[in-house]
Amino acid sequence: MKTLTDPRAVAEKVTDPELPMLTLADLGVLRDVRTASDGTIVVSITPTYSGCPAMDAMRDDLVFALHTEGFTEVDVRVVLRPTWSSDWISDEGRRKLSAAGISPPGKANRRAAGPIPLTLGPTARMVRCPLCGSPDTELMSAFGATACRSLHRCRTCAEPFEHVKEI
Amino acid sequence: MGFDNAYEAIIEENDEARWAYGTGFTDPLAGLDTTVPSDVDGGDLAAYCLMLGDDALIASHRLQEWCTHGPELEDEVALANIGLDLLGQARLLLTRAGKADGTDRDEDAFAYFRAEGGFRNTRLVEAPNGDFAFSMARLLVFSAHRLALLDRLTDSRDPVLAAVAAKGVKEVTYHRDYAAGWVVRLGDGTSLSHQRMQDGLAALWPLVDELFQPHPVEHRLACAGVGVDPSTLRAEFDAVLAQILDKATLNRPTVDPAQAGGRDGQHSEALGTLLTEMQSVARAHPEATW
Repeated sequence: MKTLTDPRAVAEKVTDPELPMLTLADLGVLRDVRTASDGTIVVSITPTYSGCPAMDAMRDDLVFALHTEGFTEVDVRVVLRPTWSSDWISDEGRRKLSAAGISPPGKANRRAAGPIPLTLGPTARMVRCPLCGSPDTELMSAFGATACRSLHRCRTCAEPFEHVKEI
Repeated sequence: MGFDNAYEAIIEENDEARWAYGTGFTDPLAGLDTTVPSDVDGGDLAAYCLMLGDDALIASHRLQEWCTHGPELEDEVALANIGLDLLGQARLLLTRAGKADGTDRDEDAFAYFRAEGGFRNTRLVEAPNGDFAFSMARLLVFSAHRLALLDRLTDSRDPVLAAVAAKGVKEVTYHRDYAAGWVVRLGDGTSLSHQRMQDGLAALWPLVDELFQPHPVEHRLACAGVGVDPSTLRAEFDAVLAQILDKATLNRPTVDPAQAGGRDGQHSEALGTLLTEMQSVARAHPEATW
């Protein structure tokens, strides 16, 4: 009989469908893996954005990976709170993003009490070019190819690049 | 290695469900505790979820209509992204409605198989897109209102509404900044762009008041600590708009409010046309999955 590996180790290896250089654990989307009393593996994941279309793919990938390792009963659940923050991307995840030419997020803004402040005009946030390391970059669009990314351009090496947004 | 068709080449063995985002959608609240607090009326909670969910759904559809019609590729990407965030919020809220009213109807039942009179969105979101200036004026008004609303809703006694709101706040902050950026750029631009932005704002303004008129359901749920009385959001909304219109050198229009009634299913003609398109595929092929 095949010896089952640790289900957490299996789930932690599953990669994000849209940022395949990161695992769901690196991204902070994998919140919990536990074995219920009846043996079912219960995996909890949280969406990065409300409309993230990759949630169903993540669910399927987790079920597939665990089935392949011999876990027949798998239940993938969604948790909405606490809400995902880009601050949850691990240091290892940030290194992998940079290596893939995607600028990792800075610290998400901690909000003060009162109404949410409006940002008019260019933001002061410094985004470093992941290709040449220059801090002299500009925002081209706050919305990119996926909900979690924005589009930037480096004024030093002139290359366009993507950045994972702070949220 | 030969394959019988193109799909065989991109899937691994036993892998049929894994490509192209699976087959069909899963309940977006799967695994979440969706018990309605015992002292909250399920019917009211469902109606409230439909108000918030329908606003997001119909606004999302109008934003999607800009795809291939936007002034720049980056703006089409931006509008599609904003539409996607709102669609995500709508999916959660419509699913919540089906749990709260006890019918267990899913998101598709509400989005595709409900008649016009059952939709509870405001008339602001259903108005046709108009030109880009009108659409940006609408997105600004809609997101400024929704951001103030969701921010208060994070304290809701309904844990699902509170969680949906907490996610939405982060998203709608980006939406409001985007719309404000365009309103300022056009308003404080050339004489032509200024005029069109002012005209867009004037055409939209009669639809603004409805957002802040409390419906009896909103009033009851606000008293129960579950919902928000929209009239309490007006001061914050006015302050945000004043800041933007000032920077955009635009005047706040002085016009009479248009007829309201969207929250009770009384809509303008535009919603019927929109739903005919949005629901056509689902109604032609009910229960289809792909």
